[in-house]
Amino acid sequence: MSAIIEVRRVTKSFATAAGPLPVLKEISFIVAAGATCSIVGPSGSGKTTLLGLCAGLDQPSTGEVLLAGRSFAGLDEDGLARLRSELVGFVFQNFQLIPTLTALENVMVPAELRGETHARDHAVALLERVGLGERLGHYPTQLSGGEQQRVALARAFINRPQVLFADEPTGNLDAETSGRIVELLFELNRAAGTALVLVTHDLELSARTQRTIRLRGGAVVEDVTR
Amino acid sequence: MILATVQQLFRPWTWLMAWRDSRNSRRRLVVFSSSIVLGIGALVAIASFGKNLEEAIELQAKSLLGADLVLGSRQSFGDGEKKLFGELGGQQASETSFSSMIRFPAGEGGRLVQVRALEGPFPFYGSLETDPPNAAREFRSGGALVEEGVLIQYGAKVGDVVRIGDLTTKVVGSLKKVPGETLVFATIAPRVYLSLGEVERAKLIRDGSLARYKTFFQFPAGTDVGALVKQRRPEFDQLRLSVDTVKQRQENLGRSMENLTNFLSLVGFIALLLGGVGVASAIHTHVKQKLSSVAVLRCLGATNAQTFAVYLAQAMALGAIGAAGGAALGVVVQLGLPRVLADFLPLTVAFGVTWGAVAESMVAGFGICVLFALLPLLAVRSVSPLVAIRASVQPVVGRDYARWGVIALLVLGIGGFLVRHTERLRDAAGFGLGLLVAFLTLAGAAKLLVWMTRRFIGPGLPYVWRQGLANLHRPGNRTLLLLTSLGLGTFLIVTLLLVQQTLLTQLVSSRQDNRANTVLFDIQTDQKDAVAALLKEQGLPVLDEAPVVTMRLQSIKGIDVEEQLGRKTNGIPSWVLRREFRSTYRDSLADAEKLTAGSWPQRATNDVVPVSMEAGIAKDLRVGMGDEIVWDIQGVPMKTRVAALREVDWRRVQPNFFVVFPPASLEAAPSFHIMTTRAGSTEASANLQRAVAQKFPTISTIDVTLILQTVDSVLGKVVFVIRFMALFTVLTGLLVLTGTILTGRFQRVQESVLLRTLGATRRQVRHILLVEYAALGALAGLTGVLLSVGGAWVLSRFVFQVEFVLPVMIVALSLGLVSLLTTAIGWLGSRGVLDEPPLVILREG
Repeated sequence: MSAIIEVRRVTKSFATAAGPLPVLKEISFIVAAGATCSIVGPSGSGKTTLLGLCAGLDQPSTGEVLLAGRSFAGLDEDGLARLRSELVGFVFQNFQLIPTLTALENVMVPAELRGETHARDHAVALLERVGLGERLGHYPTQLSGGEQQRVALARAFINRPQVLFADEPTGNLDAETSGRIVELLFELNRAAGTALVLVTHDLELSARTQRTIRLRGGAVVEDVTR
Repeated sequence: MILATVQQLFRPWTWLMAWRDSRNSRRRLVVFSSSIVLGIGALVAIASFGKNLEEAIELQAKSLLGADLVLGSRQSFGDGEKKLFGELGGQQASETSFSSMIRFPAGEGGRLVQVRALEGPFPFYGSLETDPPNAAREFRSGGALVEEGVLIQYGAKVGDVVRIGDLTTKVVGSLKKVPGETLVFATIAPRVYLSLGEVERAKLIRDGSLARYKTFFQFPAGTDVGALVKQRRPEFDQLRLSVDTVKQRQENLGRSMENLTNFLSLVGFIALLLGGVGVASAIHTHVKQKLSSVAVLRCLGATNAQTFAVYLAQAMALGAIGAAGGAALGVVVQLGLPRVLADFLPLTVAFGVTWGAVAESMVAGFGICVLFALLPLLAVRSVSPLVAIRASVQPVVGRDYARWGVIALLVLGIGGFLVRHTERLRDAAGFGLGLLVAFLTLAGAAKLLVWMTRRFIGPGLPYVWRQGLANLHRPGNRTLLLLTSLGLGTFLIVTLLLVQQTLLTQLVSSRQDNRANTVLFDIQTDQKDAVAALLKEQGLPVLDEAPVVTMRLQSIKGIDVEEQLGRKTNGIPSWVLRREFRSTYRDSLADAEKLTAGSWPQRATNDVVPVSMEAGIAKDLRVGMGDEIVWDIQGVPMKTRVAALREVDWRRVQPNFFVVFPPASLEAAPSFHIMTTRAGSTEASANLQRAVAQKFPTISTIDVTLILQTVDSVLGKVVFVIRFMALFTVLTGLLVLTGTILTGRFQRVQESVLLRTLGATRRQVRHILLVEYAALGALAGLTGVLLSVGGAWVLSRFVFQVEFVLPVMIVALSLGLVSLLTTAIGWLGSRGVLDEPPLVILREG
């Protein structure tokens, strides 16, 4: 299988008053297209930073990240945004729905940004698929946490991404709702043939992915493929 | 980025997203857009009204002058003038005007008026507005047409008897309006029309009397008056005739009306700037609340230009709503402007919306609004998509050239407006600098308050006070915005109040000390001793007495005045060359004078008489020590040499002169006398006026109180107009205050709920809010008042040249009122904050 994500000797450090603070140290790995991968580790180990770099939300201090064979190096903010728009879907811990938009409008946004004119039908279909066909016009504040995350899932898939990044997708949900969301996430992923990279503290969730990368102190301490 | 943003603005999605995104903040944003409505409204009203004025001046041009040509002189017309008038032809009318006392036998005292003796069918164009209407014709065959204000002041009516000098006649009508003249002018010099025959019969004008003579001409249609004036100019100059044509009057009036509308526009512009600050603050808060949405949009693939365009579109919509609301309000205000400015308008202005002017003001308002909004909007560009997964991510702040670009555009925009409306770079710079100083002082005071509350509010204070004052420096505080908006409004209003008070106090003080407060003039030489005796009889002192001789310039430094008038480059204003000088002779300096050069001229001993000149007029005439001036003293030339220069305190109630001759120089010339005295009470003044009126009807007695009343009345009219415009700024300040309270309401509710959850009582929370708003109001008031004291001092010292007086009561009242108003609005705006159930908020949080 071809690689969808290639992380090559990536480091990331942040400037502080006391000097540069290294957060990620020489990390390299490859995620195959359609594969599922989890990144685990204690708080402060660099999981979210690594996710941000893989998704093109930030640039590494050294090293290189390639998404679908395209390097992030040399791309400006807008170049990265266009790449995300083409290849990436996101699911966040706190759902990150835009509060002033209805469920349907939230799902339509990524497609609208690409200038798609028939986004509505696709968005409605996705919302029906996640079981929210009756709640298209509801605002995020009118939805439960689980429902909001389902809207976020629908939004993540509207652009038919090649890779889905999920940051603690069940972190704000109770156990029962978490279970349902995880099922949905993997089901959608399978159906669309999308690669999945998720950051989690949840070992049970991690165990459902084909591969687990464990970080500690900014370095990979374990890389298990099941 | 600029091009990409502009492209995005043409995409429907940008506007759709802007509309969707504004869903829960529309009300707040609209409140803030209303803060520019008032500023734009003021500009629209004034610009459109200004065009109405221009059109009115164009349409009513001839009736502004009442004739095609007016020739005037300070001397009665002799054979030369009469010959010239005969050659000019056309239909003619003449007017002789002079100051005299008018008395109503039924009422107390009298008033100085401008008597106009008319002969002929003037005005040829337009008409005198009178009540009854036929009085404009009737007075020509007898009786007096008296200014309406004077009749009201003395409770007189048509048919009553009136005395002017020796003449006793009947009031045939009340005069409401003279074409081309304003009501303010009528307040300073109320007008009374008589027929020329009646004035001559009553011998109201004698040798040496101060009168002005005019002849009005109406030429056949098609006459080129401009060409005629050009052709006859040498003769007019030789006879020293002042010339007024319809075109000149039109230009002069157009200029002064433009000055008026420009001034009002500048006052309105301050309201717009303040509104702009309000908009910037609203967008700042709005953007802060939208950071996470921006980050999500970026995560989902939105480019910088796409997200920026969404929020720029909102700001543009805000500006457009403000501009449209402003235009609507402006049209309503425009309807009321003729009434507000009635006293300053010499013509009837028809209402009509000038769409060009409306559009121009809307564009200016929209532009200022968007530029102000751009400053906080730029923050959208530096929001990292990482914020969506880690809220603590800070934007990378580097050198932001775009910010400097926006600031430069803002300065250019404001500067452009100021230059357009002041028409002089120096005035625009002065106004801009004044505004900048006011803004910086207010912003500095806000920063100081924030620093002081952070530094000095310690555990010694009760909890409620500590909490309330700490709100002034906590993140999300509104201290800077509220202090600027409220302080600026206070500054404008209080400055006006202080200047008005200073001017009035100056006048009142002249009544309270031991200086003269009553002037008697037009005393003939043969009446002098009798008047002095009358004063003695009344127990009043003669404080000053001076003979007055009228004269005109014949030549300066050997060059004839006619020749000087022909030279365009000598720098001497033509009115100074043409004017009539009232001079005196005495052997010493007066109290109000200070010698600045030379020595006091002694008795004239040879052909050249040494004279002392007032320094200002010497400067105007471009003469200095030792220069020779020949005077035409009622037909007799007198050669003089400048032997001394003086400074004169013109504010003192005493006879002051431009030129003082030494003894034994003018005694033989026709003259009249001025005397001053001090009447200790209103009653003593009334007694004196009554006695003078009975014995010497042609002598005018002026009490300083009369001047005071006139000045007060004129000031009142001016201040009313300025206050009307300043009201826009004050209301804008209050709108910004209301908007800011609404914007911060959610934060207040959250704080209130948290405090109540932690055990604070509703009373404690209420007091915390009260302390915060009271502190804000008090400091805004204090800073505004201090600034206005500085502003009023500068105006008093350098513009009005009077000693600044600080009315403590007004200052204290203003301070109290601003604090009270801020607290009240803050309190009203925060109503309901305490009613929110804690659980709802805690769940949302």
